[in-house]
Amino acid sequence: MTVTESQKLAYVAGQAAEARVNLEIETEGMTLNLGPQHPATHGTLRIVAKLDGEQVVACEPIMGYMHRGYEKLTEVRTYPQVTTLVNRIDWLGHFANEVPFILAAETLMDIEAPPRAQWIRTIFFEMARIANITLFLGDMGVQLGALTPVFYAFRDREYVLNQMEAVTGGRFHPNFDRIGGLRDDLPKGWIADTKAVMDKVRNFCDVMEDLLVGNEIFDSRTRGIGVIPAEVALGFGLTGANLRASGVDWDLRRDQPVGLAWNEVDWKVWTHPDGDSFARYWVRLQETREAAHIIDQLLDNIPAGPVMAKVPRIIKVPEGEAWVSTENPLGEMGYYIVSKGDLGPFRCKIKSASFNNISVVPWVTRGVYVPDVITILASLYFILGDIDR
Amino acid sequence: MLSVELAYWQQTLLRTVGVLAAVLLPAGALVQLFLFKAVSFMQSRLGPMEAGPHGSLQLFAEVGKWIQKEDIVPDRADARLFKLAPYLVVGTVLLVYLAIPFGPDAVFADLEGGIFYALAASSVSVIGVLIAGWASANKYSLLGGLRAAGQLIAYELPLVLAVMGVVIQAGTLNLQRIVTAQADGSIFGFGAIGLPFAITQIVGFVVFLIAMQAELTQTPFDMPVAESELVTGFMTEYSGMRFLLFFIGEFAAVGALSAVAATLFLGGWYFPGLDHDANYMNVLGPIILLAKILLLSFVVFWVRFTYPRFREDQLQKFAWTVLIPISLLNIVGTMILKVAF
Amino acid sequence: MPQPKGIGLVKGLGVTLKEMGRTMFPRQGVMKLVPSPTQGAVTVQYPHEKEAPAPRARGVIALKEENCTVCMLCARSCPDWCIYIEGHKEKAPPRRAGGKPRTVSALDRFDIDYALCMYCGICVEVCPFDALFWSPEYEYSELRIADLLHDKERLGEWMETVPDFEPYEAGSEAKPRKVPR
Ligand code: SF4
Ligand code: SF4
Repeated sequence: MTVTESQKLAYVAGQAAEARVNLEIETEGMTLNLGPQHPATHGTLRIVAKLDGEQVVACEPIMGYMHRGYEKLTEVRTYPQVTTLVNRIDWLGHFANEVPFILAAETLMDIEAPPRAQWIRTIFFEMARIANITLFLGDMGVQLGALTPVFYAFRDREYVLNQMEAVTGGRFHPNFDRIGGLRDDLPKGWIADTKAVMDKVRNFCDVMEDLLVGNEIFDSRTRGIGVIPAEVALGFGLTGANLRASGVDWDLRRDQPVGLAWNEVDWKVWTHPDGDSFARYWVRLQETREAAHIIDQLLDNIPAGPVMAKVPRIIKVPEGEAWVSTENPLGEMGYYIVSKGDLGPFRCKIKSASFNNISVVPWVTRGVYVPDVITILASLYFILGDIDR
Repeated sequence: MLSVELAYWQQTLLRTVGVLAAVLLPAGALVQLFLFKAVSFMQSRLGPMEAGPHGSLQLFAEVGKWIQKEDIVPDRADARLFKLAPYLVVGTVLLVYLAIPFGPDAVFADLEGGIFYALAASSVSVIGVLIAGWASANKYSLLGGLRAAGQLIAYELPLVLAVMGVVIQAGTLNLQRIVTAQADGSIFGFGAIGLPFAITQIVGFVVFLIAMQAELTQTPFDMPVAESELVTGFMTEYSGMRFLLFFIGEFAAVGALSAVAATLFLGGWYFPGLDHDANYMNVLGPIILLAKILLLSFVVFWVRFTYPRFREDQLQKFAWTVLIPISLLNIVGTMILKVAF
Repeated sequence: MPQPKGIGLVKGLGVTLKEMGRTMFPRQGVMKLVPSPTQGAVTVQYPHEKEAPAPRARGVIALKEENCTVCMLCARSCPDWCIYIEGHKEKAPPRRAGGKPRTVSALDRFDIDYALCMYCGICVEVCPFDALFWSPEYEYSELRIADLLHDKERLGEWMETVPDFEPYEAGSEAKPRKVPR
């Protein structure tokens, strides 16, 4: 974890900008409100930026505009009802939100889902990752001014969502994971269709490589912008691709594969040493490919058997506490469930990735220009629902 | 000029109508063809489909929509300047078209310093943009306006320098004579296609196209209107008719600069094999020029919907350290060759 | 990998041009020369043509009134309590001749408020008597929000649109189910 030259420069520029406003009283700074309604915040996040010319002196995200009180809501709902609520936390990675919650409840009840259910869970988990990250890959283009990539992203993401819908019945809110397994089994012909879709996903990644990654303008806009050194990333509690892009080899799918089938297939954790916006984009692009690769392997040998373990009809979770986290598309997501033996959780703490991921914004935006704030925000990739819950 | 003698007021009226047609026709055509359709196809969608067959009347629907919208002037805005700005922007585009020849006799004003005039007129629009940005009393607009000013000034220079090569080669500033010079020219004795200056002035042509893209504030040089950062910059506060004027101004300017580029580099209204003195060229010429305008503006839109945008400082750096030196070298090279041959 | 500057820019232009070609000329053979973007585009011109959702898609809930025993399970497990049920007991003629008359529950009211429903499918899943089904139908928007309250007649009409359950993929041990017609 060495601090590169560009990282140092970014830090120095930040310090200098701060010093300038502190010491010289030459020009009055300007305060620019990005949001709550701003195209770059894709949601209702407000970012207050103090500017010196076009250079950012201080920049602070203000969140809470979309707080929906999920932690409180889980206390007055039953376990089966909660899964349908948590779908809506990171609405692009829908299915992935359910998994850690169900796993935590299963831990408390001491139930294990049958292998077939675990494999299908893993497949959907990775499909949720693709559905989530393809949109990032396109949206990054929009934030940098290229309009076309996002259309391709929506187009190819649609195929993935259609596959999800064919099984779960829902495109955005599958509500498919159950304590003890899954609600239903796969319909006939689904595996073959999904393989075709995975080819489309790979093709999409190639197109993005041509359209954005290889593009010199994209390169100059993202390289060395928003550099987060590994120590800082760890210090701010960044997770997921943002952390891996800073060169930290950390992936819960490999390090802590609770009750899911990642260990059964051959894949690789991608990291990038630079920690800049380009690295974050690049890592996510590789992860999308890798996810398609994982799904392909999993599809080939789904074990036969039931998809549901023996579970009582009315679910009561025994007293206890459990914490399970998984590597969601946006980063580490976990649920801490405290049960008092009722139909619903007594208390449920939700740790979502985006909240931590944007906490680094004030640090990383010091001294950059306004357009770079947009680049950095886009490359950190947050979902508003995942910040505010 | 025209064979019939017309009174001065009649001529003026004819010219006004002609300029309006010359501005609106290419602008409308390229919005409909490229912005609505070709770009949609690039994004594997269809674009507007409801108004008329395949959405062919969408343009009129769009104009009708904007005219109906409420015309809002922000409270803190400088109302008079705010209202003035869009007219300034559109007006300058009309002025550019004045100097462009459409046929051997079909020209609104056969100016001796035609190209000089056209470029000078086109650069006035920056004042309108600056006024719009300032008068809106909005931080985003202000940033957008200032960016526009900085950018347009920076790219005016390579634009003019790129033209210099053509002017040296043709030996005239008059656009009409630049066209005939291309029509009469020959490539080492091979005169079948004339001598479009795009061949000899390829460097100048490319520089002109890049600078033109910047001058038109199209991606990758669209920071003044950057949707994702400045929320369309200086146009943020405009609505209704005034927004429509900006919109027309933007695309008419695409047409106008494409027309200038076509005239300078692609032989203007002339098409190889035709007699450039014949009377029928007065009818055929505008059509040929329109085709060339569409060809060039397709490139503008194609690039616009493919690339991400630069950052403001990168853009300035690109203008001053790459484009301007290259176009200066181009001028020197042209001069040497001109003297040598 | 170091590549000369500008290659990426040209490649990008190639991508968009190729996509334009594919959208405009999707057909094969000689017909390729005839542009037909309506076939090439991936978008669906909605009111004119409709997308067919998957058979399992959760579009609208259909009610098989005869099967419902007014057990209230669905109403109780709905996360936002948007099912309203009222019923009464009544005497029905005996199953076999000479038997005792039976007591059955009959529905007076079965309303689902689609303005509140979040399409989670819990009600369909918990119903022990096969009275609720998902239909992939989606065209039932209303101008007034109150009209989104579907009563039991309206819910019953959806029953026709319920598709058959699909067969399962190989290796599945799930029991095939049938829609009562
Ligand atoms: S699908 Fe609708 S009606 Fe049924 S349980 Fe869910 S919210 Fe309630
Ligand atoms: S629909 Fe099913 S769950 Fe609901 S009351 Fe009727 S029988 Fe019970």
